[in-house]
Amino acid sequence: MLLVLLAHLVLALAAPTLVGWWGRRAFWALALAPATAAGYALTKTSAVLAGETVVEQVPWVPGLHLALDFRFDTLSWLMLLVVGGVGALVLLYCSAYFSRDAQGLRRFGGVLVAFAGAMAGLVTSDDLLLTFVFWELTTVFSYLLIGHYADRKASRRAAMQAIVVTTAGGLAMLVGLVILGVDAGTWRVSEVIAAGAEGRLTGPAVTAAALCLVVGAASKSALVPTHFWLPAAMAAPTPVSAYLHAAAMVKAGIYLVARFAPAFGEVPAWRVSLVVLGAATLLLGGYRAMRQHDLKLVLAFGTVSQLGLLTLLLGYGTRAAALAGLALLGAHAMFKASLFLVIGVVDRATGTRDLRRLSGLARQLPITCTAAVLATASMVGLPPFAGYVAKEAALEAFVAEAHHGDPLGWWMVAVIALGSALTLAYGLRFLWGAFGTKRDWERRWHAEHPLPADEEGPVAGPTPAERQPLWLVVPPVVLGALGLLAGLLPNFGEGLLAPYADTYPAGEPGHLALWGGIAPPLGVTLVVFAVGFLAFWQRSRVERWQDLLWSPRGADAVYRRSMRRLDDLAADVTGRTQRGSLPFYLGAILVVLAVGPGLALAFGLLNPATGTGVLPVAADAAGRAGVVGIGPLAVALWDRPAQLAIVVVVAVAAVLAARSRRRLKAVLLVGVAGYGNAALFLLHGAPDLALTQVLCETVTLVVMVLVLRRLPPYFSYRPLPASRWLRLAVGVVTGLVMMLFCVAAPLARVHLPISVDFPQEALSWGGGKNVVNVTLVDIRAWDTVGEISVLLVAATGVASLVFLRQRSGTVLRASDDAEATRREAEAFAKAPRRPQYARWLVAVPTLAPERRSVLFEVITRVIFHVMVVFALFLLFSGHNAPGGGFAAGLVVGIALTVRYLAGGRYELGEAAPVHPGLLLGTGLFLSAGVGLAALLSGHDALESFAPHIELPVLGEVHLVTSLFFDMGVFLVVVGLVLDILRTLGAEIDRQADTDEAEEAALVARVREEEHA
Amino acid sequence: MIVLDTVPSGALVLAVGVLFAAGVYLLLERSLTRVLLGFVLVGNGANLAILVAGGRAGASPIVGNAPEDERMSDPLAQAMILTSIVITLALVAFVLAMAYRSWQLNGHDEVQDDVEDRRIARLAARNAPSYDDADAGEPGVSLDEEAAEIHDEVAQVTTVRAPEAPDDGRDPAPGMGRDRSQGGRDGRDGRDGGRA
Repeated sequence: MLLVLLAHLVLALAAPTLVGWWGRRAFWALALAPATAAGYALTKTSAVLAGETVVEQVPWVPGLHLALDFRFDTLSWLMLLVVGGVGALVLLYCSAYFSRDAQGLRRFGGVLVAFAGAMAGLVTSDDLLLTFVFWELTTVFSYLLIGHYADRKASRRAAMQAIVVTTAGGLAMLVGLVILGVDAGTWRVSEVIAAGAEGRLTGPAVTAAALCLVVGAASKSALVPTHFWLPAAMAAPTPVSAYLHAAAMVKAGIYLVARFAPAFGEVPAWRVSLVVLGAATLLLGGYRAMRQHDLKLVLAFGTVSQLGLLTLLLGYGTRAAALAGLALLGAHAMFKASLFLVIGVVDRATGTRDLRRLSGLARQLPITCTAAVLATASMVGLPPFAGYVAKEAALEAFVAEAHHGDPLGWWMVAVIALGSALTLAYGLRFLWGAFGTKRDWERRWHAEHPLPADEEGPVAGPTPAERQPLWLVVPPVVLGALGLLAGLLPNFGEGLLAPYADTYPAGEPGHLALWGGIAPPLGVTLVVFAVGFLAFWQRSRVERWQDLLWSPRGADAVYRRSMRRLDDLAADVTGRTQRGSLPFYLGAILVVLAVGPGLALAFGLLNPATGTGVLPVAADAAGRAGVVGIGPLAVALWDRPAQLAIVVVVAVAAVLAARSRRRLKAVLLVGVAGYGNAALFLLHGAPDLALTQVLCETVTLVVMVLVLRRLPPYFSYRPLPASRWLRLAVGVVTGLVMMLFCVAAPLARVHLPISVDFPQEALSWGGGKNVVNVTLVDIRAWDTVGEISVLLVAATGVASLVFLRQRSGTVLRASDDAEATRREAEAFAKAPRRPQYARWLVAVPTLAPERRSVLFEVITRVIFHVMVVFALFLLFSGHNAPGGGFAAGLVVGIALTVRYLAGGRYELGEAAPVHPGLLLGTGLFLSAGVGLAALLSGHDALESFAPHIELPVLGEVHLVTSLFFDMGVFLVVVGLVLDILRTLGAEIDRQADTDEAEEAALVARVREEEHA
Repeated sequence: MIVLDTVPSGALVLAVGVLFAAGVYLLLERSLTRVLLGFVLVGNGANLAILVAGGRAGASPIVGNAPEDERMSDPLAQAMILTSIVITLALVAFVLAMAYRSWQLNGHDEVQDDVEDRRIARLAARNAPSYDDADAGEPGVSLDEEAAEIHDEVAQVTTVRAPEAPDDGRDPAPGMGRDRSQGGRDGRDGRDGGRA
């Protein structure tokens, strides 16, 4: 079975190419895929006759109970034969149907074959979840096929409607399948059925699951009230209608009913809902088919009607009814697919499907007409066709039920009789509409005109039609003839199908026969024939009545209205919640933090039942010196007394920063708080943190000042007092909640921290004494790789926000400033004496003289190289002492900042004549490359190892690979700071200069004009 | 059960609270600069919170550096904070660039309400459709009536329809009504038109 599915997959993938090569002839090759399915089914016929099952199992995702389990029994045999056989014929038909230059045939071929594969998988799968996967695949492919003419609005809407309806049902079905799987304790379909047949599936959960399955089946098989999508889906190309909407996809729901019906014998809701839905659908479909003028729509509503009948028969739950249902399933696939294909021929030959415009086609298309007559005979249940056999069996089954005292029996007989009469009426109407010779007034008769009273008149001339190629005519003839053949061999059919019917737990076994003897079913059939012929004979009168009577169009309107309501609801919810205001979003998040986790924690601590004993550390520490107990909590006043002093500074700075109305003051105060943090880190015993914090704070301060010089000095926004109080309240509450967390979290600790072993591991495996650094570059190196990637992205973002047209501008050198070079040359020439000193910095001539500070230049000259050397020291000693790549990179960054501040943007280019992108890329490459190198040399990714290298002078060098990792970090950080300086410093300078120049030019021009 | 001495330092907890309160107050502002400063304060507070969660103060986590009797402070919390500090720097630069860009474009650095969101809210308030899509309308005909109008792209339909067309008063097929006296070229056009 897997091979069959594989054939579908391969051909579906190859289809676009094949159609590209061979045009529509490629459909001959594509037909091979469903043909293999049908062939596979045929080879198993003897096994099925013997009542055996074939099982194939391939494990797939055991953790999800998902397995490629296939099981082949009578039902699967029939369905696979239908899916494969009709599929192959439809694909052959396609090879002649479409015009050579039709749009989208490549995609169409692939999707159609893929659909056939999904269908074949669905009917043979023996795993609940796999069944769902195939089910949804058929939904998606059918969406693509219905919407084949994507440029037409009706196609798109029909496809959307179909997928919305069927997917909604599919989700309900998934719920049902999961409930079943959990309840039965197995995910194999056959085992679930067996459990059900033994009566082990009972209870409300199973009832819910059964109803969910009913919803899925009803949506897929277009049962009331979701029947409306099937007529709309006639927007699909006719071969698709023949395959999906007659033989295959709409049968998926029927298959589901047939598959699970034996398991739900003990679930009354299952049977009742299916019988009610089936009966309603049977009658409604037939009623509406009577008044359609489009041939495809006549058949579409007819299909709806027949699907209702199938559901009723298979869902009723007795063996005889099930046998009749299965026979009808096969018969329906043959006659309905054949009729759709006939419509395709008619449409192609005449250019219309409107039965009011067609006349006299029987003579012009005799073979097609023969096929249609054969298929219609089977559909309306004329002997000796397959449809007749199935319907007789159905009537007999229910008559027998009634005799056994089932009160529903006679009702069912009545419903089926009425449905069959409708079927006969619309079947004859179809045949007459497509091929009959009409009177002139009948052809000109349109729905909007009042129907004429006279029924005589001149005979209309035949509609012009063209003879159609053989490949179009053969498939419907074959299918029609098969319907006759199957009807002539009822005993053979019974032998094939009975094993399935016998899986039903209840009822007498039924029989398939051409002649059931003089019995009530025969009488019912005769009445049906009489009523049906009468309804057809009086068709114009019937249609007139239907116009006057209620026209059940409600479902479609309800669907549209509910979709519109859904849109409205979505817009309302979006409008309420998605206000577009950042403070609102943030406030909502913070309020949830306080109300949710905050209150939960507070109540948990206050509740005496849980409050004692949950914080073991607090209980242990109570009464110790310096520890203050607050209810269940305990707090030490400080770890070191100096902490308190610094905390006061931090707190005051933070509060003042929040109150400040000047930008610069606020920035400086935040800086103070940051440096205070660094001091707290130091006191806590975290020198690396303190170092990094100080360096970062410095860079941050400089960058902020660089940008703020361009922004107005005061904050422009004056918030209303009320909202300020609200913000204050949110802030204070958040602060309190965080304090509560901070106190409770460490007290709740019951396990040793994972880091207790870090020092030992750092020394033995990481080869370093600085545990924090080893953690960064080795133990948790993946985190660091992620982090430097973030740095790279942020740097790129900064650059792209300010350099609008490229990643970052060219690297400026002192010689690039032509004006400054010229000015310097002039000054040099004019100077009375040659300057005694060399320039301290290369690019200072580019600065305006009033912006220069010689003292600053001298200091910069002195400390720049010292800082770089210090950075290298930090980098190389970082493994064993405070420092490392981050700190070293920041120190180089500060050195560059100093150069930039002293000498301007050209000086920055002189100091770092390299593109920041290059640094960032190299750094990330180096860090990630270490991981790769470790992997290649047989270690885990990013695990550090230490190859020993003998150098001639230095002796043995102990080289830990994590050093290279740290170098990568170093380069990324340098690149980041350089990018920030070039962007927020140099480029903003340049833009400011340009603005000033433009302004000056403007002023000059205005003055000139004033003078003139 | 292992009982650890992780009683938090009240001073640090206080710092966390104040930093968060002041930071959130600023975060809820509309000026990007204030939002950024608020973020920096909240970031500092969060770093301290991680520090507190890591346990009490101790010797610096450098092997061989600590006195025998003093415990090491938790290195894992420190490694996490270290990356967080540097990321905060990158974020500060990014938001500053945004503030600068906003100033360049709008003359101020305030965070405006999202225009699109406001538009949707307005439309929702008067129950208008939220987007203009012809597919979402409610035309008079039902979908199955529309489906009846759809014909497949099949060969030769046009040529067959053409003779029937004059009966229905339709336009003749393209090219049919042209002056044929101009010779073969137009005649060829006519045939092509019929086949197309």
